[in-house]
Amino acid sequence: MLLHARDLVQRFDGTTVLDGLSLTTGDIQSLVLVGPSGGGKTTLLRILSGLDVPAGGSVSFDGVPLPRDEAALRDYRRTVGTVFQAYNLFPHLSALDNLLLPLVHVHGLTPAAARERVREPLERFHLAAHAHKRPAELSGGQKQRIAILRALVVRPRRLFFDEPTSALDPEMTSEVLEMIRKLKAEGVQFVMVTHEMAFARSIADEIAFVSDGRVLASGAPADILDRCADERLRSFFSRILI
Amino acid sequence: MCYADRMPRWLAHVVVVAVFAALVAAAFARIEYAWNWAGVWEYRQKFVQGWLATVGISFAALVVSMLVGGVAALCLSSRLPLVEAVGRVYVEFIRGTPLLVQLLIGFYVVASAVGLDNRYVVGTLVLSLFSGAYMAEIFRGGLAAIPQAQRDSARAIGLTPWQTLRLVILPQALRLVLPPVAGQLVSLIKDSSLLSVIAISEFTLNAQEVNAFTYSTLESYLPLAAGYLLLTLPLSALARWLESRVRFEA
Ligand SMILES: Nc1ncnc2c1ncn2[C@@H]1O[C@H](COP(=O)(O)OP(=O)(O)OP(=O)(O)O)[C@@H](O)[C@H]1O
Ligand SMILES: [Mg+2]
Repeated sequence: MLLHARDLVQRFDGTTVLDGLSLTTGDIQSLVLVGPSGGGKTTLLRILSGLDVPAGGSVSFDGVPLPRDEAALRDYRRTVGTVFQAYNLFPHLSALDNLLLPLVHVHGLTPAAARERVREPLERFHLAAHAHKRPAELSGGQKQRIAILRALVVRPRRLFFDEPTSALDPEMTSEVLEMIRKLKAEGVQFVMVTHEMAFARSIADEIAFVSDGRVLASGAPADILDRCADERLRSFFSRILI
Repeated sequence: MCYADRMPRWLAHVVVVAVFAALVAAAFARIEYAWNWAGVWEYRQKFVQGWLATVGISFAALVVSMLVGGVAALCLSSRLPLVEAVGRVYVEFIRGTPLLVQLLIGFYVVASAVGLDNRYVVGTLVLSLFSGAYMAEIFRGGLAAIPQAQRDSARAIGLTPWQTLRLVILPQALRLVLPPVAGQLVSLIKDSSLLSVIAISEFTLNAQEVNAFTYSTLESYLPLAAGYLLLTLPLSALARWLESRVRFEA
């Protein structure tokens, strides 16, 4: 994917959260957004995934601009997948029914075809035994892996992850990160927000450092994480890379 | 662990009811009440007719009040100030005034003014509007209790607003509101007894008439209480059963 974001502005109740953010990537498979809390990562990701419309500026993927009206944005969202920090799944449905819902109601598969579609991925990620459980009966890591599968089985062009592991304990974190690593190996494209720096370094084709509503630096992981040219990057990394 | 911890639930209910009944019986024995069931028995048809009228009115008002409450809840949840205001004024006005006054004004003023003279229809409508205001607040609370994250998830997978309501919000909200709605329906059935003030020949009015004919107050009103319990107890039981079936949180 070639991402091109220009002069993005977003305001909530008068406060400017994205302040003319611009970001251009090469033709990469994975982009990781890092930066201090409140810097605007989630706000940016919600715009990229078609959930929010920026107050100003424009975004394009592979040269195709994101639409601004809700109906066209909905069509766009149907071609991508988004996984939030937590509470992704619908608690009144079993894990399996969570997977089937978008396939049947959004993508028009018959229930039988939808079941056939999810069978193999459930097994590959060792979730088949949990498919009939409600979210309340799943561990945090299982919930997130089902949420990722739900985004994946519709065969999206790319996925968006917003801190998918920050609500999980270390063991569950590694099972979710392992899944994302597998997806990368299979060729899945994604944009991910994370505070897992070691993971970011190994998974990212490019890293963008987002702070105060702007991208302060972006590029290959080694360039961003090791050179630390900017004072704000230096202080950010010295705090989280103990 | 003593037996009281392990006794079956139904048996516990039977025991409590039996003790309560014994106390009531003892109270009656003490005041040496002279029962006269024979007089009241003559009028059993009136009880049956009144009870059936109450069942019919309650059922109709139950359906209409849920519709009214659903629409009013959507008004209350609206982002448009004028729509929200309509819902809010309706709910506060109805909940802040006695049903008695609403029935009298509804029947003698509003219904007369628009030429609606079927008192059963007017009574059922007023009761529905009354109960609908309470339903509206219950439904609004149910909708508001669904976290924003659920709407985000629904949008993220590409559901339309209508699909989001139908597949995500309502199934969860209905589970939440089931207990309070059941409680409101029980209230509605009992509130229907006030329709006697506009001379609707329902269960309570008929019991009052039997009392006037026979001068047997308790013999007229004890069957009345039993008749209402006959409606409300199964409703509560049904609500509890539904609640246990649709529960999804651990
Ligand atoms: N819907 C909203 N309404 C009002 N303010 C918001 C809203 N969403 C975000 N903000 C504000 O915008 C700023 C940036 O938030 P954002 O969630 O994008 O940061 P972030 O980089 O994702 O932070 P974190 O690492 O804590 O998740 C914060 O100051 C936040 O309070
Ligand atoms: Mg965030």
